[in-house]
Amino acid sequence: MNSSRRRVLRGTGGLAVLGLAVAAGLLKPGLARAADWNKAAFETKSFKDVVKALGGSEPVPSGDIVIESPDIAENGAVVPFTITSKLANTQSIALLIEKNPNILAAEFDIPEGTDPWVNTRVKMGQTSPVIALVKAGGKYYYAAKEVKVTLGGCGG
Amino acid sequence: MADPMKIRATMAGDKVEVKVLMAHEMETGQRKDSSGKVIPAWFIQNVTATCNGKTVLSAEWGPAVSKNPFLAFRFKGGKPGDKVVISWVDNHGDKRTDEATIS
Repeated sequence: MNSSRRRVLRGTGGLAVLGLAVAAGLLKPGLARAADWNKAAFETKSFKDVVKALGGSEPVPSGDIVIESPDIAENGAVVPFTITSKLANTQSIALLIEKNPNILAAEFDIPEGTDPWVNTRVKMGQTSPVIALVKAGGKYYYAAKEVKVTLGGCGG
Repeated sequence: MADPMKIRATMAGDKVEVKVLMAHEMETGQRKDSSGKVIPAWFIQNVTATCNGKTVLSAEWGPAVSKNPFLAFRFKGGKPGDKVVISWVDNHGDKRTDEATIS
């Protein structure tokens, strides 16, 4: 567990507060799932809490998840992302922008017969690691990538 | 009522590739107007796509999705002439459903 946490820290950078947030235990996974829109997951501010709010735990880094995006986004208001999962039985794909006010940007449920491939555009407030979180076969996997933003898309 | 979505569904090999452009402000709730008041959040929360009665994609979105959201995905099991139906619901409860025929 400890070593995987290290990887989380190294892989995504700057998640030092996550231990505290988890310890605070503010989230009750499962409860929010009943609603159509997972409010808890969208209001959390750390990677671990999002995973928890989605009902998972201990995500593992995976090389089978590919994030395609510009390395430098000139306009943070519209940053295109394509996420591909090569993991068998991919059930959902979530896109997380670590330094946005709320870290979870979007979550896609992938039913059987649909490619584990989504393409969308999101806002980024500032340069930030971007995490693709994939649920496959009941487990959570992730990949991360840093995207530089020249002009933020969240300020007024 | 919001403007219609632009939906394009085309065959790509044995799969259907769907591209959707929705018309929505996707206000984050973080911005302030000129008098310093916070502009309340207004964004699409749920998106569902079906083809022949089967759900082919469902999504939950936060306000971080860009204004006038774009979405593309691919699924198996559709053929030319079938209809792809996409609907969304925003945090005000507004809804919009549009469909396109696979070509």
